[in-house]
Amino acid sequence: MAICERFGNDRTRLLDILLEVQAQFRFVGPSLMECIARQISTYRVEVEGMVSFYAFFSDTPRGQVVIRLCDDIIDRHAGTGEIARVFSRILGIGFGDTSPDGHFTLEYTPCIGMSDQAPAALLNERVVTCLTPERAEEIALGLMGGLNPGELELPEGDGNNLNPLIGSTVRNNIRLRGEVLLGEVPADAGLRKTLRRPPDQVMEDVERAGLLGLGGAGFPTGHKWRMAADTPAERRIVICNADEGEPGTFKDRVLLTERADLMIEGMTIAAYAIKADGGIIYLRGEYAYLRNYLEAVLQRRRDQGLLGAGADRLGGFDIRIQMGAGAYICGEESALISSCEGLRGEPKNRPPYPVESGYLGYPTIVGNVETFCCAARILDRGAAWFRSWGTKASPGTKLLSVSGDCERPGVYELPFGVSVRELLDLAGAPDAAAVQVGGASGQMINMSQFDRRICQEDLPTGGSVMVFSARRNILEIVEYFLDFFIEESCGYCTPCRVGNVFLKQRIGKIRQGLCQPEDLDYLRELGRTVAETSRCGLGHTSPNPVLSSIANFPLVYAALLKENRNGREASFNIQSALEESRHLAKRRSMIYDPTYDGD
Amino acid sequence: MKKRIATVSLAGCFGCHMSLLDIDERLLDLLELVEFDRSPLNDLKRFTGPCDIGLVEGGCCNEENVHTLHEFRANCDILVAVGQCAVMGGLPVMRNAIMHAEDPLRECLETAYLDSDYVLNPTNSIPNDPALPLLLDKVYTLADVVKVDYQIPGCPPSGETLWHTLDALIAGRQDRLPYELIKYD
Repeated sequence: MAICERFGNDRTRLLDILLEVQAQFRFVGPSLMECIARQISTYRVEVEGMVSFYAFFSDTPRGQVVIRLCDDIIDRHAGTGEIARVFSRILGIGFGDTSPDGHFTLEYTPCIGMSDQAPAALLNERVVTCLTPERAEEIALGLMGGLNPGELELPEGDGNNLNPLIGSTVRNNIRLRGEVLLGEVPADAGLRKTLRRPPDQVMEDVERAGLLGLGGAGFPTGHKWRMAADTPAERRIVICNADEGEPGTFKDRVLLTERADLMIEGMTIAAYAIKADGGIIYLRGEYAYLRNYLEAVLQRRRDQGLLGAGADRLGGFDIRIQMGAGAYICGEESALISSCEGLRGEPKNRPPYPVESGYLGYPTIVGNVETFCCAARILDRGAAWFRSWGTKASPGTKLLSVSGDCERPGVYELPFGVSVRELLDLAGAPDAAAVQVGGASGQMINMSQFDRRICQEDLPTGGSVMVFSARRNILEIVEYFLDFFIEESCGYCTPCRVGNVFLKQRIGKIRQGLCQPEDLDYLRELGRTVAETSRCGLGHTSPNPVLSSIANFPLVYAALLKENRNGREASFNIQSALEESRHLAKRRSMIYDPTYDGD
Repeated sequence: MKKRIATVSLAGCFGCHMSLLDIDERLLDLLELVEFDRSPLNDLKRFTGPCDIGLVEGGCCNEENVHTLHEFRANCDILVAVGQCAVMGGLPVMRNAIMHAEDPLRECLETAYLDSDYVLNPTNSIPNDPALPLLLDKVYTLADVVKVDYQIPGCPPSGETLWHTLDALIAGRQDRLPYELIKYD
């Protein structure tokens, strides 16, 4: 098979191989699995495991055009339901189905990073945003009329989205530019200064700047670099995590579009500091429309002698793009590394940490897009300059992705320490009643907490800020987040695989008014168990929406709970439990049908 | 005053009751402390009055189980789910695995009485005597149906575990089972 050969029949590139096979054949069926396995000298089950793990792969044929409608909570509030009905009606298929002629597949997908222009959808790799029923109808009719997604007439995007290599309808919606990232950024100034200094001093600068990982976990970046540099090894690897999957986050998309050079500059600086020769940008599958542009930027930098064989000061450091294939869990660094190695995106056991033994066993630093951008700026302007913004524990500025019930959704670059209220004022959200800070795995706060500050000391976030007005149903939101985690759990450890289902079931029962006050104890205890005993960050944080909404919106719960006086569970209904049996036995119940006369 | 205890086996195998007998000579100590109301141990079929403690073995697979469980809940101050079937459904709950079928209960009965290779059923009929309680659509745990105060794991819980449980409940102690009693490997 030519595709396997193109990747050198390399088992560790299985993800790339499968992406191409899926694109070419539109499915990876049993015979293809067999064939790939033989060619890359592995077992069929390894290939099948990959196909079943990643959402973008299918073992049955999918349509030539796969329409993935974003089903995030923000999109739902913006009217996904109506859009879904339009697509379904015109294409004549339901969600999860492929049309009999093999032209179309219709499905839902979690957040595709377009919450500020919801509802949005992916038509193969093409993104369409701000959908209205009318536009959805136009698109669906266009596709039915035989147009490719690329040929559809759609409104243009803004900024670099107009670049012919991107050519996207996406809008950046940059609402506020700060000085660190979205203001004027001189090209490669940080890198030039870096190359004049020994690697040790470079790391020292990042350490002194107090830069924390900006993807959400907030680990000190300089320390991470130092640990990787201190681990003796033949090779070291720098990975940029552009798998921006946290619902409601889209700031990395804007950086990838507008600050790609800065991000790659930051990666190059990191490579110089830790003496890495290999780099990977792990780009989420949903952002595939940015791939050609990023490849072109990489190539230009190679031509400029800033990457690859020509970059002798950098030991030939080069970067490849690894496309993801639709798995939220791959945003977790050890799962991301598994994915780059051609494995299922399952987290690895730690220790050893990636800085000791990461990609293919080499010391690896994994950093967020924004983190690398900041590192490049720090090397240009110095630690003190960077520390002039933000708080003691969270220096610098932060890109915040604001979405939901506000007038000006989009990206705001603000110093750490900004209060939620200030942000809401900027975004125009006078009737905000609840704010989810930090995405699905973050905290839901109420109005009395809007003076809390966004920073490591108070409310940490990877950038997602979802605003909900009083019209929204808090428990619907919580239940949606649990659905999301159930779908995205890799299934490896029981607390996460099973615990999240139990949490959701109980929230569902509460919503139906079938629960008692003690059920909150159950949720708290189960939530704690899931958080404490899960294997990776997904399970550590998945109970957060439940726990924080119980703590911050007690009245919402109280209104739905009923004291149970007779000791019977309200959710158990003997009449419906007997219905099938009555029908099969063709008789009524001696106990529960009062008029029973022994017929 | 002696504590009053009731026990019953619903969709269980009486294994938990057998296990209770494994407390051996401590049965005599137990009888010093408690009086048995409704229980298979004394063959009393109806409650004679309110009880302090109800021990329920087995989950609910039919309407009679539900009816009995409601009676236990109404008559017992403390209701204890004893053993795996009562707590999680146990062996009977395996029939819930066919819930995804079109007509799960029919499929279950046909497999059990007609289709299995190991069935000898000359009349080729599914039992349906009017005296047979109707089956529920699926097997429910006790906590699905009523509020349960304590759950005792084990298949069956050992005599030691049951003694420990009863000893604490009779003395009115809030207690946890020691690790050794709930460690099975």
